Amino acid sequence: MNSEQHAPKYPDIWRRFSPREALTRWAWYLGIVSVTVWALGTLDIPWLYFLDAHLQAKDLAVRMWPPDWRYLGRLIAPLIETIHIATLGTAVTFFIAFPAAFLAARNTTLNSTTWLIGRFILVASRSINTIVWALLFVAIFGPGPLAGIWAIAFRSIGFMGKLVAEAIEEIDEGAVEAVEATGASRLQVLWIGILPQVLPVIYGTVVYRWDINIRESTVLGFVGAGGIGILLYSSINQFMWQEVTVILITVFGVVLASEFISAKVRQRIT
Amino acid sequence: MNNSSAEQMTTAPQWHRIRLIEPPLLRNGLAVVAMAYIFWSVGSLDIEWNRVAQGLPRAGSMLKRMVPPDFSRWHLMTRGLLESVQMALAASFFGMILAVPLGICGAGNMVPKPVYLVARSLIILSRTFHEIIVAILFVKIFGFGPLSGVLTLTVSSISFISKMLAEDIENMTPGQIEAIRATGADFPKLLIYCISPQAMPRYLGVSIYRLDANIRHSTVVGIVGAGGIGQVLAASFSRYDYDFSMAILMTIITLVFLGEFFSNWVRSRLR
Repeated sequence: MNSEQHAPKYPDIWRRFSPREALTRWAWYLGIVSVTVWALGTLDIPWLYFLDAHLQAKDLAVRMWPPDWRYLGRLIAPLIETIHIATLGTAVTFFIAFPAAFLAARNTTLNSTTWLIGRFILVASRSINTIVWALLFVAIFGPGPLAGIWAIAFRSIGFMGKLVAEAIEEIDEGAVEAVEATGASRLQVLWIGILPQVLPVIYGTVVYRWDINIRESTVLGFVGAGGIGILLYSSINQFMWQEVTVILITVFGVVLASEFISAKVRQRIT
Repeated sequence: MNNSSAEQMTTAPQWHRIRLIEPPLLRNGLAVVAMAYIFWSVGSLDIEWNRVAQGLPRAGSMLKRMVPPDFSRWHLMTRGLLESVQMALAASFFGMILAVPLGICGAGNMVPKPVYLVARSLIILSRTFHEIIVAILFVKIFGFGPLSGVLTLTVSSISFISKMLAEDIENMTPGQIEAIRATGADFPKLLIYCISPQAMPRYLGVSIYRLDANIRHSTVVGIVGAGGIGQVLAASFSRYDYDFSMAILMTIITLVFLGEFFSNWVRSRLR
Protein backbone atom coordinates (compact mmCIF):
# COMPACT_ATOMS: atom_id res chain seq x y z
CA MET A 1 0.00 0.00 0.00
CA ASN A 2 2.65 2.41 1.07
CA SER A 3 4.99 1.58 -1.75
CA GLU A 4 2.21 2.11 -4.29
CA GLN A 5 1.71 5.65 -3.05
CA HIS A 6 5.36 6.46 -3.48
CA ALA A 7 5.56 5.12 -7.00
CA PRO A 8 5.76 7.98 -9.54
CA LYS A 9 2.55 8.66 -11.36
CA TYR A 10 2.99 8.13 -15.08
CA PRO A 11 0.46 9.84 -17.31
CA ASP A 12 -1.73 7.58 -19.42
CA ILE A 13 -0.65 9.25 -22.61
CA TRP A 14 3.04 9.90 -23.23
CA ARG A 15 3.88 13.39 -24.42
CA ARG A 16 7.23 14.60 -25.60
CA PHE A 17 6.99 18.02 -24.00
CA SER A 18 5.74 19.20 -20.66
CA PRO A 19 3.04 21.91 -20.90
CA ARG A 20 5.64 24.53 -20.02
CA GLU A 21 8.03 23.36 -22.75
CA ALA A 22 5.21 23.25 -25.26
CA LEU A 23 4.21 26.80 -24.34
CA THR A 24 7.72 28.22 -24.81
CA ARG A 25 7.89 26.36 -28.12
CA TRP A 26 4.70 27.93 -29.37
CA ALA A 27 5.89 31.32 -28.17
CA TRP A 28 9.04 30.87 -30.28
CA TYR A 29 7.01 29.85 -33.32
CA LEU A 30 4.73 32.84 -32.86
CA GLY A 31 7.73 35.16 -32.52
CA ILE A 32 9.41 33.85 -35.66
CA VAL A 33 6.23 34.05 -37.70
CA SER A 34 5.45 37.59 -36.56
CA VAL A 35 8.97 38.76 -37.38
CA THR A 36 8.55 37.32 -40.87
CA VAL A 37 5.12 38.89 -41.30
CA TRP A 38 6.52 42.24 -40.21
CA ALA A 39 9.45 41.90 -42.61
CA LEU A 40 7.28 40.95 -45.56
CA GLY A 41 4.51 43.42 -44.73
CA THR A 42 6.72 46.48 -44.69
CA LEU A 43 8.80 45.44 -47.70
CA ASP A 44 7.70 47.02 -50.91
CA ILE A 45 6.50 43.86 -52.62
CA PRO A 46 4.19 44.05 -55.64
CA TRP A 47 2.09 40.98 -54.94
CA LEU A 48 0.31 41.44 -58.24
CA TYR A 49 3.47 40.36 -60.02
CA PHE A 50 2.88 36.86 -58.74
CA LEU A 51 -0.24 36.62 -60.92
CA ASP A 52 1.69 36.47 -64.16
CA ALA A 53 4.97 35.14 -62.77
CA HIS A 54 4.39 31.68 -64.17
CA LEU A 55 3.74 33.18 -67.60
CA GLN A 56 6.93 35.23 -67.36
CA ALA A 57 8.91 32.19 -66.26
CA LYS A 58 7.45 30.12 -69.09
CA ASP A 59 8.23 32.87 -71.56
CA LEU A 60 11.82 32.97 -70.29
CA ALA A 61 12.14 29.18 -70.52
CA VAL A 62 10.83 29.15 -74.09
CA ARG A 63 13.25 31.87 -75.12
CA MET A 64 16.18 30.11 -73.47
CA TRP A 65 15.62 26.84 -75.30
CA PRO A 66 17.34 25.46 -77.33
CA PRO A 67 20.86 26.53 -76.33
CA ASP A 68 22.76 28.27 -79.10
CA TRP A 69 25.82 26.01 -79.20
CA ARG A 70 27.57 28.02 -81.91
CA TYR A 71 28.31 30.48 -79.14
CA LEU A 72 30.41 27.94 -77.24
CA GLY A 73 33.62 28.68 -79.21
CA ARG A 74 33.65 32.28 -78.01
CA LEU A 75 33.34 31.19 -74.40
CA ILE A 76 36.63 29.31 -74.05
CA ALA A 77 38.92 32.33 -73.59
CA PRO A 78 36.67 34.09 -71.03
CA LEU A 79 36.27 30.83 -69.14
CA ILE A 80 40.04 30.41 -68.87
CA GLU A 81 40.23 34.03 -67.75
CA THR A 82 37.64 33.30 -65.06
CA ILE A 83 39.72 30.41 -63.76
CA HIS A 84 42.88 32.54 -63.86
CA ILE A 85 41.19 35.29 -61.85
CA ALA A 86 40.11 32.83 -59.18
CA THR A 87 43.47 31.07 -59.01
CA LEU A 88 45.64 34.18 -59.00
CA GLY A 89 43.32 35.87 -56.52
CA THR A 90 43.66 32.89 -54.21
CA ALA A 91 47.45 32.94 -54.68
CA VAL A 92 47.60 36.61 -53.67
CA THR A 93 45.44 35.85 -50.63
CA PHE A 94 47.84 33.12 -49.60
CA PHE A 95 50.53 35.73 -48.95
CA ILE A 96 48.36 38.43 -47.35
CA ALA A 97 46.22 36.20 -45.16
CA PHE A 98 49.26 34.83 -43.33
CA PRO A 99 50.41 37.96 -41.53
CA ALA A 100 46.78 38.93 -40.89
CA ALA A 101 46.09 35.53 -39.30
CA PHE A 102 49.17 35.75 -37.09
CA LEU A 103 48.04 39.19 -35.95
CA ALA A 104 44.53 37.99 -35.25
CA ALA A 105 45.46 34.86 -33.29
CA ARG A 106 45.70 35.55 -29.57
CA ASN A 107 48.83 33.49 -28.98
CA THR A 108 50.95 34.95 -31.79
CA THR A 109 49.85 38.58 -31.85
CA LEU A 110 52.20 41.18 -30.39
CA ASN A 111 49.82 43.08 -28.11
CA SER A 112 46.13 43.87 -27.82
CA THR A 113 46.33 46.71 -30.35
CA THR A 114 47.78 44.49 -33.07
CA TRP A 115 45.19 41.87 -32.18
CA LEU A 116 42.40 44.41 -32.71
CA ILE A 117 43.96 45.50 -36.01
CA GLY A 118 44.17 41.89 -37.15
CA ARG A 119 40.57 41.20 -36.17
CA PHE A 120 39.40 44.37 -37.88
CA ILE A 121 41.16 43.42 -41.12
CA LEU A 122 39.50 40.01 -41.08
CA VAL A 123 36.01 41.34 -40.26
CA ALA A 124 36.17 44.17 -42.81
CA SER A 125 37.42 41.85 -45.52
CA ARG A 126 34.66 39.34 -44.90
CA SER A 127 31.83 41.85 -44.53
CA ILE A 128 32.34 43.38 -47.94
CA ASN A 129 31.19 41.10 -50.71
CA THR A 130 33.46 40.21 -53.62
CA ILE A 131 31.25 42.22 -55.96
CA VAL A 132 31.58 45.32 -53.80
CA TRP A 133 35.35 44.89 -53.64
CA ALA A 134 35.24 44.55 -57.41
CA LEU A 135 33.35 47.87 -57.70
CA LEU A 136 36.14 49.49 -55.70
CA PHE A 137 38.98 47.94 -57.66
CA VAL A 138 37.37 48.66 -61.01
CA ALA A 139 37.31 52.31 -59.96
CA ILE A 140 41.01 52.07 -59.08
CA PHE A 141 42.55 49.86 -61.79
CA GLY A 142 39.94 50.32 -64.49
CA PRO A 143 37.80 47.48 -65.84
CA GLY A 144 39.57 44.17 -66.45
CA PRO A 145 40.77 40.99 -64.82
CA LEU A 146 43.28 42.72 -62.54
CA ALA A 147 40.45 44.37 -60.60
CA GLY A 148 38.83 40.94 -60.35
CA ILE A 149 41.99 39.35 -58.98
CA TRP A 150 42.28 41.97 -56.24
CA ALA A 151 38.59 41.74 -55.44
CA ILE A 152 38.84 37.97 -55.03
CA ALA A 153 41.98 38.36 -52.93
CA PHE A 154 40.55 41.00 -50.62
CA ARG A 155 37.38 39.04 -49.93
CA SER A 156 39.32 35.82 -49.31
CA ILE A 157 41.75 37.33 -46.81
CA GLY A 158 39.07 37.45 -44.14
CA PHE A 159 37.85 33.93 -44.83
CA MET A 160 41.26 32.30 -44.85
CA GLY A 161 42.66 34.51 -42.12
CA LYS A 162 39.82 33.58 -39.79
CA LEU A 163 40.22 29.83 -40.28
CA VAL A 164 44.01 29.97 -40.06
CA ALA A 165 43.88 32.18 -36.95
CA GLU A 166 41.58 29.65 -35.29
CA ALA A 167 44.01 26.88 -36.23
CA ILE A 168 46.91 28.86 -34.77
CA GLU A 169 45.03 29.34 -31.53
CA GLU A 170 44.54 25.59 -31.25
CA ILE A 171 48.15 24.48 -31.85
CA ASP A 172 50.10 22.30 -29.48
CA GLU A 173 51.97 24.73 -27.22
CA GLY A 174 54.49 22.03 -26.29
CA ALA A 175 56.19 22.20 -29.68
CA VAL A 176 56.40 25.99 -29.39
CA GLU A 177 57.96 25.76 -25.93
CA ALA A 178 60.43 23.16 -27.13
CA VAL A 179 61.59 25.42 -29.93
CA GLU A 180 61.73 28.41 -27.58
CA ALA A 181 63.85 26.37 -25.15
CA THR A 182 66.55 25.98 -27.79
CA GLY A 183 66.94 29.75 -27.76
CA ALA A 184 65.19 30.33 -31.07
CA SER A 185 64.23 33.85 -32.10
CA ARG A 186 60.58 34.85 -32.48
CA LEU A 187 60.75 34.39 -36.23
CA GLN A 188 62.29 30.94 -35.85
CA VAL A 189 59.55 29.96 -33.41
CA LEU A 190 56.96 31.01 -35.99
CA TRP A 191 58.78 29.22 -38.80
CA ILE A 192 59.64 25.96 -37.05
CA GLY A 193 57.30 25.73 -34.08
CA ILE A 194 54.00 27.05 -35.40
CA LEU A 195 53.96 27.00 -39.19
CA PRO A 196 54.35 23.23 -39.71
CA GLN A 197 51.43 22.66 -37.34
CA VAL A 198 49.02 24.88 -39.26
CA LEU A 199 50.29 24.18 -42.77
CA PRO A 200 47.76 21.41 -43.54
CA VAL A 201 44.93 23.74 -42.46
CA ILE A 202 46.36 26.49 -44.62
CA TYR A 203 46.57 24.30 -47.72
CA GLY A 204 43.11 22.93 -47.02
CA THR A 205 41.53 26.38 -46.75
CA VAL A 206 43.39 27.59 -49.83
CA VAL A 207 41.95 24.78 -51.92
CA TYR A 208 38.51 25.19 -50.36
CA ARG A 209 38.52 28.94 -50.98
CA TRP A 210 39.74 28.38 -54.53
CA ASP A 211 36.58 26.52 -55.45
CA ILE A 212 34.40 29.18 -53.81
CA ASN A 213 36.39 31.77 -55.75
CA ILE A 214 35.71 30.03 -59.07
CA ARG A 215 32.03 30.45 -58.32
CA GLU A 216 32.47 34.08 -57.31
CA SER A 217 34.61 34.97 -60.31
CA THR A 218 31.82 33.91 -62.68
CA VAL A 219 29.88 37.06 -61.74
CA LEU A 220 32.72 39.58 -61.43
CA GLY A 221 32.09 40.61 -65.02
CA PHE A 222 28.75 42.15 -64.00
CA VAL A 223 30.67 45.11 -62.62
CA GLY A 224 33.38 44.95 -65.29
CA ALA A 225 36.03 43.00 -63.41
CA GLY A 226 36.71 40.39 -66.10
CA GLY A 227 35.80 36.78 -66.66
CA ILE A 228 32.76 35.12 -68.18
CA GLY A 229 30.38 37.43 -66.30
CA ILE A 230 30.97 40.15 -68.90
CA LEU A 231 29.53 37.95 -71.66
CA LEU A 232 26.70 36.75 -69.43
CA TYR A 233 25.76 40.30 -68.54
CA SER A 234 25.84 41.53 -72.13
CA SER A 235 23.86 38.53 -73.39
CA ILE A 236 21.19 39.14 -70.74
CA ASN A 237 21.03 42.83 -71.57
CA GLN A 238 20.66 42.06 -75.28
CA PHE A 239 17.98 39.44 -74.51
CA MET A 240 20.08 36.76 -76.22
CA TRP A 241 18.57 34.10 -74.00
CA GLN A 242 19.80 31.14 -76.02
CA GLU A 243 23.35 32.35 -75.48
CA VAL A 244 22.58 32.79 -71.80
CA THR A 245 21.65 29.12 -71.60
CA VAL A 246 24.97 28.08 -73.10
CA ILE A 247 26.88 30.29 -70.66
CA LEU A 248 24.91 28.95 -67.69
CA ILE A 249 25.56 25.35 -68.72
CA THR A 250 29.31 25.94 -69.08
CA VAL A 251 29.44 27.84 -65.77
CA PHE A 252 27.63 24.93 -64.16
CA GLY A 253 30.19 22.50 -65.55
CA VAL A 254 33.21 24.53 -64.49
CA VAL A 255 31.93 25.18 -60.95
CA LEU A 256 31.01 21.54 -60.50
CA ALA A 257 34.41 20.39 -61.78
CA SER A 258 36.25 22.79 -59.47
CA GLU A 259 34.19 21.61 -56.51
CA PHE A 260 35.06 18.00 -57.38
CA ILE A 261 38.79 18.73 -57.73
CA SER A 262 38.85 20.71 -54.50
CA ALA A 263 37.10 17.93 -52.58
CA LYS A 264 39.54 15.34 -53.94
CA VAL A 265 42.60 17.42 -53.08
CA ARG A 266 41.32 18.15 -49.58
CA GLN A 267 40.73 14.44 -49.05
CA ARG A 268 44.35 13.78 -49.95
CA ILE A 269 45.98 16.40 -47.72
CA THR A 270 43.90 16.23 -44.55
CA MET B 1 72.67 -7.34 -34.63
CA ASN B 2 75.09 -5.92 -32.16
CA ASN B 3 76.88 -4.07 -34.87
CA SER B 4 73.77 -2.34 -36.22
CA SER B 5 72.62 -1.13 -32.81
CA ALA B 6 76.06 0.34 -32.21
CA GLU B 7 75.78 2.11 -35.53
CA GLN B 8 72.46 3.57 -34.46
CA MET B 9 74.05 4.90 -31.30
CA THR B 10 76.83 6.70 -33.11
CA THR B 11 74.95 8.39 -35.95
CA ALA B 12 73.12 11.51 -34.83
CA PRO B 13 69.36 11.32 -35.41
CA GLN B 14 68.51 13.06 -38.63
CA TRP B 15 66.01 15.88 -38.06
CA HIS B 16 64.13 17.44 -40.86
CA ARG B 17 61.04 19.58 -41.16
CA ILE B 18 57.81 17.73 -41.55
CA ARG B 19 56.63 18.22 -45.10
CA LEU B 20 53.13 17.85 -46.40
CA ILE B 21 54.43 16.21 -49.58
CA GLU B 22 57.38 14.06 -48.60
CA PRO B 23 59.04 13.08 -51.91
CA PRO B 24 61.24 16.09 -52.77
CA LEU B 25 60.92 15.57 -56.52
CA LEU B 26 57.12 15.82 -56.39
CA ARG B 27 57.23 18.76 -53.99
CA ASN B 28 59.66 20.82 -56.01
CA GLY B 29 58.01 19.74 -59.23
CA LEU B 30 54.66 21.11 -57.99
CA ALA B 31 56.33 24.38 -56.99
CA VAL B 32 57.84 24.73 -60.47
CA VAL B 33 54.49 23.96 -62.09
CA ALA B 34 52.82 26.58 -59.86
CA MET B 35 55.40 29.23 -60.83
CA ALA B 36 55.04 28.36 -64.51
CA TYR B 37 51.27 28.64 -64.19
CA ILE B 38 51.52 32.08 -62.61
CA PHE B 39 53.77 33.36 -65.40
CA TRP B 40 51.57 31.88 -68.08
CA SER B 41 48.31 33.13 -66.61
CA VAL B 42 49.52 36.65 -65.85
CA GLY B 43 50.94 36.84 -69.35
CA SER B 44 47.75 35.65 -71.00
CA LEU B 45 45.45 37.95 -69.05
CA ASP B 46 44.43 41.04 -70.88
CA ILE B 47 45.76 43.68 -68.50
CA GLU B 48 46.46 47.26 -69.54
CA TRP B 49 49.57 47.98 -67.54
CA ASN B 50 49.67 51.72 -68.17
CA ARG B 51 46.09 51.97 -66.92
CA VAL B 52 47.13 49.97 -63.87
CA ALA B 53 50.09 52.28 -63.30
CA GLN B 54 47.61 55.10 -62.72
CA GLY B 55 45.95 52.91 -60.11
CA LEU B 56 47.90 53.97 -57.08
CA PRO B 57 47.41 57.72 -57.46
CA ARG B 58 43.75 57.01 -58.29
CA ALA B 59 43.36 54.93 -55.16
CA GLY B 60 44.87 57.83 -53.22
CA SER B 61 42.49 60.40 -54.63
CA MET B 62 39.56 58.03 -54.14
CA LEU B 63 40.53 57.51 -50.53
CA LYS B 64 40.81 61.26 -50.10
CA ARG B 65 37.26 61.66 -51.38
CA MET B 66 36.07 58.85 -49.15
CA VAL B 67 37.10 60.51 -45.91
CA PRO B 68 35.31 61.92 -44.13
CA PRO B 69 32.40 59.55 -44.79
CA ASP B 70 29.20 61.41 -45.49
CA PHE B 71 26.41 60.31 -43.19
CA SER B 72 24.13 63.24 -44.05
CA ARG B 73 21.83 61.11 -46.26
CA TRP B 74 21.27 58.68 -43.44
CA HIS B 75 17.55 58.30 -44.16
CA LEU B 76 18.33 56.75 -47.58
CA MET B 77 20.83 54.49 -45.89
CA THR B 78 18.60 53.35 -43.04
CA ARG B 79 15.80 52.61 -45.50
CA GLY B 80 18.15 50.45 -47.58
CA LEU B 81 19.54 48.82 -44.49
CA LEU B 82 16.11 48.01 -43.07
CA GLU B 83 15.12 46.58 -46.43
CA SER B 84 18.22 44.38 -46.46
CA VAL B 85 17.54 43.06 -42.98
CA GLN B 86 13.89 42.39 -43.80
CA MET B 87 14.86 40.59 -46.99
CA ALA B 88 17.30 38.46 -45.02
CA LEU B 89 14.72 37.64 -42.34
CA ALA B 90 11.96 36.70 -44.77
CA ALA B 91 14.33 34.67 -46.95
CA SER B 92 15.73 32.81 -43.95
CA PHE B 93 12.22 31.95 -42.77
CA PHE B 94 11.06 30.56 -46.10
CA GLY B 95 14.40 28.91 -46.70
CA MET B 96 14.22 27.19 -43.34
CA ILE B 97 10.67 25.91 -43.95
CA LEU B 98 11.14 24.80 -47.54
CA ALA B 99 14.50 23.18 -46.84
CA VAL B 100 12.83 20.55 -44.63
CA PRO B 101 11.04 18.59 -47.38
CA LEU B 102 13.97 18.96 -49.76
CA GLY B 103 16.42 17.92 -47.07
CA ILE B 104 14.42 14.81 -46.21
CA CYS B 105 14.09 13.90 -49.89
CA GLY B 106 17.83 14.36 -50.27
CA ALA B 107 18.65 11.85 -47.55
CA GLY B 108 19.40 8.49 -49.15
CA ASN B 109 18.25 6.43 -46.16
CA MET B 110 14.77 7.99 -46.04
CA VAL B 111 13.38 7.99 -49.55
CA PRO B 112 13.44 5.83 -52.69
CA LYS B 113 16.32 6.33 -55.10
CA PRO B 114 14.53 8.37 -57.81
CA VAL B 115 13.28 10.94 -55.27
CA TYR B 116 16.77 11.12 -53.80
CA LEU B 117 18.38 11.74 -57.17
CA VAL B 118 15.90 14.48 -58.11
CA ALA B 119 16.31 16.23 -54.74
CA ARG B 120 20.08 16.01 -54.85
CA SER B 121 20.30 17.40 -58.37
CA LEU B 122 18.02 20.29 -57.40
CA ILE B 123 20.32 21.07 -54.48
CA ILE B 124 23.44 20.89 -56.64
CA LEU B 125 21.85 22.99 -59.38
CA SER B 126 20.90 25.86 -57.10
CA ARG B 127 24.15 25.70 -55.14
CA THR B 128 26.29 26.04 -58.24
CA PHE B 129 24.96 29.35 -59.49
CA HIS B 130 26.08 32.47 -57.73
CA GLU B 131 23.39 34.57 -56.02
CA ILE B 132 23.93 37.35 -58.52
CA ILE B 133 23.05 35.09 -61.46
CA VAL B 134 19.92 33.82 -59.71
CA ALA B 135 19.03 37.41 -58.79
CA ILE B 136 19.29 38.63 -62.35
CA LEU B 137 16.96 35.86 -63.55
CA PHE B 138 14.43 36.73 -60.84
CA VAL B 139 14.71 40.40 -61.74
CA LYS B 140 13.78 39.44 -65.30
CA ILE B 141 10.73 37.52 -64.07
CA PHE B 142 9.50 39.69 -61.17
CA GLY B 143 10.97 43.05 -62.04
CA PHE B 144 13.22 45.27 -59.95
CA GLY B 145 12.76 45.48 -56.21
CA PRO B 146 13.12 43.56 -52.98
CA LEU B 147 10.85 40.70 -54.10
CA SER B 148 13.53 39.39 -56.45
CA GLY B 149 16.05 39.74 -53.65
CA VAL B 150 13.90 37.76 -51.22
CA LEU B 151 13.39 34.99 -53.77
CA THR B 152 17.10 34.82 -54.59
CA LEU B 153 18.12 34.56 -50.98
CA THR B 154 15.35 32.03 -50.37
CA VAL B 155 16.66 29.79 -53.14
CA SER B 156 20.22 29.90 -51.84
CA SER B 157 19.05 29.33 -48.25
CA ILE B 158 16.99 26.32 -49.28
CA SER B 159 19.88 24.65 -51.04
CA PHE B 160 22.32 25.41 -48.23
CA ILE B 161 20.13 24.27 -45.33
CA SER B 162 18.72 21.24 -47.14
CA LYS B 163 22.18 20.00 -48.06
CA MET B 164 23.24 20.15 -44.42
CA LEU B 165 19.99 18.55 -43.29
CA ALA B 166 20.24 15.73 -45.81
CA GLU B 167 23.80 14.93 -44.76
CA ASP B 168 22.80 15.07 -41.13
CA ILE B 169 19.95 12.61 -41.63
CA GLU B 170 22.18 10.28 -43.64
CA ASN B 171 24.75 10.24 -40.84
CA MET B 172 22.24 9.26 -38.13
CA THR B 173 22.78 5.93 -36.44
CA PRO B 174 20.22 3.48 -37.81
CA GLY B 175 19.45 2.15 -34.31
CA GLN B 176 16.97 4.83 -33.30
CA ILE B 177 15.25 4.73 -36.65
CA GLU B 178 14.80 0.96 -36.35
CA ALA B 179 13.59 1.29 -32.76
CA ILE B 180 10.85 3.74 -33.68
CA ARG B 181 9.91 1.70 -36.76
CA ALA B 182 9.65 -1.38 -34.50
CA THR B 183 6.86 0.32 -32.51
CA GLY B 184 4.83 0.39 -35.71
CA ALA B 185 5.31 4.07 -36.43
CA ASP B 186 4.49 5.27 -39.92
CA PHE B 187 6.62 7.72 -41.89
CA PRO B 188 5.26 11.00 -40.40
CA LYS B 189 5.64 9.63 -36.86
CA LEU B 190 9.16 8.51 -37.69
CA LEU B 191 9.95 12.08 -38.77
CA ILE B 192 8.42 13.67 -35.68
CA TYR B 193 9.73 11.33 -33.01
CA CYS B 194 13.00 10.09 -34.45
CA ILE B 195 14.43 12.36 -37.11
CA SER B 196 13.42 15.77 -35.78
CA PRO B 197 14.82 15.44 -32.23
CA GLN B 198 18.15 14.26 -33.64
CA ALA B 199 18.41 16.73 -36.48
CA MET B 200 16.90 19.76 -34.72
CA PRO B 201 19.93 21.27 -32.95
CA ARG B 202 22.12 21.29 -36.02
CA TYR B 203 19.26 22.35 -38.28
CA LEU B 204 18.54 25.35 -36.05
CA GLY B 205 22.24 26.17 -35.89
CA VAL B 206 22.58 26.04 -39.67
CA SER B 207 19.43 28.14 -40.10
CA ILE B 208 20.73 30.82 -37.76
CA TYR B 209 24.05 30.75 -39.58
CA ARG B 210 22.14 31.17 -42.82
CA LEU B 211 20.36 34.23 -41.43
CA ASP B 212 23.76 35.80 -40.88
CA ALA B 213 24.90 34.74 -44.37
CA ASN B 214 21.70 36.17 -45.84
CA ILE B 215 22.37 39.52 -44.20
CA ARG B 216 25.80 39.47 -45.85
CA HIS B 217 24.38 38.52 -49.25
CA SER B 218 21.41 40.88 -49.01
CA THR B 219 23.87 43.76 -49.16
CA VAL B 220 24.90 42.73 -52.64
CA VAL B 221 21.91 41.43 -54.60
CA GLY B 222 20.91 45.09 -54.93
CA ILE B 223 23.72 45.62 -57.42
CA VAL B 224 21.62 43.93 -60.10
CA GLY B 225 18.50 45.75 -58.90
CA ALA B 226 17.08 43.28 -56.39
CA GLY B 227 16.59 45.75 -53.54
CA GLY B 228 18.34 46.43 -50.28
CA ILE B 229 21.32 48.56 -49.40
CA GLY B 230 23.32 47.17 -52.33
CA GLN B 231 21.17 49.21 -54.66
CA VAL B 232 21.98 52.41 -52.76
CA LEU B 233 25.66 51.46 -52.74
CA ALA B 234 25.80 50.73 -56.46
CA ALA B 235 24.03 54.02 -57.19
CA SER B 236 26.46 55.99 -55.05
CA PHE B 237 29.41 54.32 -56.80
CA SER B 238 28.13 55.09 -60.25
CA ARG B 239 27.62 58.73 -59.21
CA TYR B 240 31.17 58.90 -57.79
CA ASP B 241 29.67 59.83 -54.39
CA TYR B 242 32.61 58.14 -52.72
CA ASP B 243 32.09 59.75 -49.32
CA PHE B 244 28.55 58.39 -49.23
CA SER B 245 29.82 54.97 -50.42
CA MET B 246 32.27 54.96 -47.55
CA ALA B 247 29.47 55.68 -45.10
CA ILE B 248 27.44 52.81 -46.57
CA LEU B 249 30.42 50.44 -46.47
CA MET B 250 31.04 51.28 -42.82
CA THR B 251 27.39 50.64 -42.02
CA ILE B 252 27.47 47.32 -43.87
CA ILE B 253 30.55 46.24 -41.93
CA THR B 254 28.82 47.13 -38.67
CA LEU B 255 25.62 45.36 -39.68
CA VAL B 256 27.46 42.20 -40.75
CA PHE B 257 29.50 42.26 -37.58
CA LEU B 258 26.35 42.55 -35.45
CA GLY B 259 24.65 39.80 -37.46
CA GLU B 260 27.63 37.51 -36.97
CA PHE B 261 27.76 38.32 -33.28
CA PHE B 262 24.05 37.57 -32.91
CA SER B 263 24.36 34.32 -34.83
CA ASN B 264 27.34 33.17 -32.77
CA TRP B 265 25.54 34.05 -29.56
CA VAL B 266 22.40 32.12 -30.50
CA ARG B 267 24.42 29.12 -31.70
CA SER B 268 26.43 28.99 -28.49
CA ARG B 269 23.16 29.07 -26.55
CA LEU B 270 21.77 26.23 -28.68
CA ARG B 271 24.66 23.92 -27.90
